Amino acid sequence: MKKEKDSGFEADNNDGDPFVFRLYVTGASPNSSRAITNLKAFFEKYLKSRYELQIIDVYQQPQFAKSVDIIALPLLIKKFPLPERRLIGDMSNSEKIFKSLNLVS
Amino acid sequence: MMKSIPKSKTGINGLDEITEGGLPQGRPTLICGGPGCGKTLMALEFIVKGATLYDEPGVFMAFEEKADELSANVASLGFDLEKLQRNKKLRLDYVHIKASEIEETGEYDLDGLFIRLGHAIDSIGAKRVVLDTIENLFAGLSSQGILRAELRRLFQWLKEKGVTAIITGEKGEGALTRHGLEEYVSDCVIVLDHRIINQISTRRLRIVKYRGSIHGTNEYPFLIDEEGITVLPVTSLKLDKAVSSQRVSTGIPTLDQMFGGKGFFRGSSILLSGSAGTGKTSIAANFANETCRRKGKCIFFAFEESPQQIIRNMRSIGLGLDQHVKKGLLQFHSFRPGLYGLEMHLAKMYRLVKKFKPHAVIVDPITNLVSVGLLNDVNSMLLRLVDHLQNEGITLMLTALNSGATEHIDENVSSLVDAWLLVRDVETDGERNRALYIMKSRGMKHSKEVREFIISSKGLNLVDVYRGPEGVLIGSAREAKEKEAMANGKQNGRGHFRAPANKIR
Repeated sequence: MKKEKDSGFEADNNDGDPFVFRLYVTGASPNSSRAITNLKAFFEKYLKSRYELQIIDVYQQPQFAKSVDIIALPLLIKKFPLPERRLIGDMSNSEKIFKSLNLVS
Repeated sequence: MMKSIPKSKTGINGLDEITEGGLPQGRPTLICGGPGCGKTLMALEFIVKGATLYDEPGVFMAFEEKADELSANVASLGFDLEKLQRNKKLRLDYVHIKASEIEETGEYDLDGLFIRLGHAIDSIGAKRVVLDTIENLFAGLSSQGILRAELRRLFQWLKEKGVTAIITGEKGEGALTRHGLEEYVSDCVIVLDHRIINQISTRRLRIVKYRGSIHGTNEYPFLIDEEGITVLPVTSLKLDKAVSSQRVSTGIPTLDQMFGGKGFFRGSSILLSGSAGTGKTSIAANFANETCRRKGKCIFFAFEESPQQIIRNMRSIGLGLDQHVKKGLLQFHSFRPGLYGLEMHLAKMYRLVKKFKPHAVIVDPITNLVSVGLLNDVNSMLLRLVDHLQNEGITLMLTALNSGATEHIDENVSSLVDAWLLVRDVETDGERNRALYIMKSRGMKHSKEVREFIISSKGLNLVDVYRGPEGVLIGSAREAKEKEAMANGKQNGRGHFRAPANKIR
């Protein structure tokens, strides 16, 4: 991981509104638990408190599977800022997350 | 002794017959084939028929076509997907998955698909599920290892759910499907194929595998038209149909006489062959006329002439076919043989026969079909037609043109039919006459004589030829002899005449 990322996340979100994320998981499955832990650590590191993360258990709310068009889980969706981005997996590859969330300026 | 496994009827015309009752109940079936082979439609018809005919709601999950496109595509078939969805008989779910829009950041699974499918199944109490074409996931997700393990788990899960499922797959190189789905779905595998032979498209279906069940292993032609899919089994090959000993008149009293005085058996098949211009169509039209005159119904399939032509031409020999058409007893269906493939012709015929419920069917002439298919295919098509109509107790008359070009189709067909009539040209003394004889007529006494066949404005007639010391006389030579005999007021010595049979009756 590159060093300069420590400070720089300012991409297209300069106005100070927090990032909005939704994470879809399945109960406490190993992938889901890992994804939650990994993601929280990642966000704390790069976004400090400037993010909102909503975690949804698809087992509990299966209607989301169709409406959100879910196939693979865990699924992270960046709702704000646009464009919407989708990431799947246990969020262990933080470099990929970093890139696809467009955090590099 | 293996007990036949429980099956779910597909409701698709003909498919339930070759699978001996449908697809394995509560288990997944794989349908694969190339693009445009009809697998999506077959899967969808399975769902729609399940919902409408067998009260089995179904879930259709599309991995390629958009759900609304799907609805539009099948609306022409009379499938109202919107209504089925409103009535909770159907759940359509379009899965959109694009590699470019999804980033993979570690281990994942397809729980989302399981939950989604499970939710859809539970919400309408679905008994049937279609996944069309799940292989597209391989394009959307990069981890083949995860996908394979998850698909295996999915098919296992479908079995546990007890739903009868169809999974469609794209044909692959050297394998049934591109990603080897047949590995996971092992109960029943159906392969669809779409070929162009002689510029005419032919669709075929084959059951490659059906664990725990007997099934037809041939390639069966099928077609897609406004009524969905029709598979054409070589109908029950068991030769155990009920037969009638009732007789039907040929419409020509003198011809009836040759058939033991009573005509054809009802529900039998008759082949009428002869060279060009020997009056085959006239004999057929006479039979049609007679059937309708006795208040029976008749369908006339014409591959050579238009109905108007036939009606006009037959008026010249004293047949008013148009009155039967007006009364709704006679139907003409003319098509150019090259218009469709053989299967399509056969299916059209089945349909029309099913709708009209005729007592007699005429196909004039079968030889024109050779231009559409290979001789073998034509034979197998005719076999199915003969078989089908025999089962329904419908009398079938086929005409065939005899010439070198048609490779003696009449001989090939003759074993299928019950009676075979031959009309020949006889050229003597600078005139052309027609001679008719019966080559065979199963199960009845019939004449073995050659008769002169006369077509006049009064209709058709058969008269005895003259056999005398001068040899066999026909045409004007016979007439001259006849007159001579009449003038002598007695039968000519060793030659013999019988008065024309129609005068006796």
